[in-house]
Amino acid sequence: MTATLGARPAPGRGRARARHRLAVLGFMAPALIGFVLFFGYPLVTTVVLSFTKYDLINPPEFNGLDNYTFMFKDPLLIKAITNTLWFVVVLTIARTVFALGVASVIARLKSGVGLIRTLCYLPSLAPPVAATLVFFMVMRPNGGPLDTVLGWFGVDSPLFFSDPAWAKPGITAIMLWISGDLMIIILAAILDVPQEQYEAAELDGAGPIRRWWHVTLPTISPVLLFGIVNSVILALQLFTQAVVAGSAGSGAADATGSTKYLGFPDNSTLTFPVYLYTQGFRYFDMGYAAAMATVLFVISFAATIVLVQRMRKNSTAEEGGPGA
Amino acid sequence: MTATLTKPPVDVPSEPEQPRRKMNVGAVLNWVATHAIGLALGLMFATPVVFVFLTAVMSDDQAFTSDLWPREWHWGNFVEVFDKAPLFQYLVNSLTYSLLATLGMLISSIPAAYALAKLKWRGRNVAFILVIGAMMLPPQVVAVPLYDTWSGLGLTGTLVPLIAPYFLFDAFSIFLLRQFMLTIPQSYVDAARVDGCSEFQALVRIIVPMAKPGIAATALFCFLFTWNDYFGPLLYTGEVKDQWTLSLALATFKGMHIVQWNSSMAVTFLTMIPAVVLFVFAQKSFVKGITFTGVKG
Repeated sequence: MTATLGARPAPGRGRARARHRLAVLGFMAPALIGFVLFFGYPLVTTVVLSFTKYDLINPPEFNGLDNYTFMFKDPLLIKAITNTLWFVVVLTIARTVFALGVASVIARLKSGVGLIRTLCYLPSLAPPVAATLVFFMVMRPNGGPLDTVLGWFGVDSPLFFSDPAWAKPGITAIMLWISGDLMIIILAAILDVPQEQYEAAELDGAGPIRRWWHVTLPTISPVLLFGIVNSVILALQLFTQAVVAGSAGSGAADATGSTKYLGFPDNSTLTFPVYLYTQGFRYFDMGYAAAMATVLFVISFAATIVLVQRMRKNSTAEEGGPGA
Repeated sequence: MTATLTKPPVDVPSEPEQPRRKMNVGAVLNWVATHAIGLALGLMFATPVVFVFLTAVMSDDQAFTSDLWPREWHWGNFVEVFDKAPLFQYLVNSLTYSLLATLGMLISSIPAAYALAKLKWRGRNVAFILVIGAMMLPPQVVAVPLYDTWSGLGLTGTLVPLIAPYFLFDAFSIFLLRQFMLTIPQSYVDAARVDGCSEFQALVRIIVPMAKPGIAATALFCFLFTWNDYFGPLLYTGEVKDQWTLSLALATFKGMHIVQWNSSMAVTFLTMIPAVVLFVFAQKSFVKGITFTGVKG
């Protein structure tokens, strides 16, 4: 990055500098327009609409903080927040630990690495709708494959997507199945740990587990932090799996027109984004949906700041190094 | 940093014996245990899809039962599902969305990524942080005003609201392309300038050819993201059936054909094929792209 300083047009060469500016402007123009149209403008509008009553047909009507105060009295919203918090905690921990575990095993393999890495990664490319239906079929009660296999061991399968206590763990299982991208990221970081560090630890008499704990983990901790933030954002956005699991579980014939299946069973899959969607685009209470969107924005903004700061730290470290 | 990912595991000799080491029992057991766990993990990830496939080729009657293995192989199920729903139309819609969005993304994101990676200008860091912010923003946050706008333009119920943004701005693609372009040595760009190339010529003649693997990876991710997208199509085309994409239709197919596990699993299986095919042909791009999103700052 520091090398680019030389590329800056020397002072005094006004025409070259003007041309440079024009080039930057030309290259960035579509992105700038797109950012304003699809992020800047709608973000501001969301905040403005959150102080109104708006049904998409009649013009928005200012109603002060009504949408926000209503949040505290809305039992469904509290349910949705609880569900999303459940995913933020459980999914973040489970996904990071699971991806770290699988990556650590793959890193130790000496043969068959390519095949096993591919098998672990491929599910993450499946459409989320398909992945959800895969698990819905495999975990179905009364004769589903998992039920059958568990039956061989005399274990009764939980009802998963028809049981309020098991629907969220069921969705978590889907999310772990498609966590291959995080696995690949962690695997790359593990393989990047300098071999000398292991050798030094081995000389000190550390066994494989202590080497993993004292060398691997601290070295890849920035990547683990990325995994945690990434998982938090994923959990905050959880929508597709929840909607599809809810609609398939309730046996609804129509995945778009009706609201009765959303959150099935017993609102256990009603996540914050699902509730936002329901209020805004099923009941057309756009003002309330905008207030929820504003809350979601503030929370994901906080998570983003953590990530940006980590990346800045990383890039300053790289800039100092040779060839940056 | 990232270059090391693809090579080491493959080159390591498969025999556990290293020089100076006598084969002790512990090492062998360790090897066996690690590989048994690795194999079990691989099977664990593959098993759900195997069950889906086996169910998809069962007869209507057998798909009801708890059988795991088909008594007869009904390959026709994969064809018959095209009669049960206008899958071909959905396929065309999905391809329209994914291909046009990817094309638009390439046109808009390559120049922006170049400006962010290789040109020096005031406000560049702020612009990059805004890109990351847009990338992290849950799509539901901006959905209300955007839906309002598109509906005012009379374009809800079409694929336009899904595709059009890609021709201007796609945060993730700009981010990923910038990360790739940072790895191209600045000296190549400087040399082009010395040779009298304009910035545009430097981009087209030097950067684009050198960034081909990165561009390929970004295009793959963009294609798959749009192919897999559910929220966007649900929001804008949910009410208009002949505009549905495969992902959206699949969610409904399960509801409409709830009793027929073989049909719904056949469609599920079919929608997963493009990703596998793309992966087989471009494994390196995928792995490289994934690594770039996480490791490099």
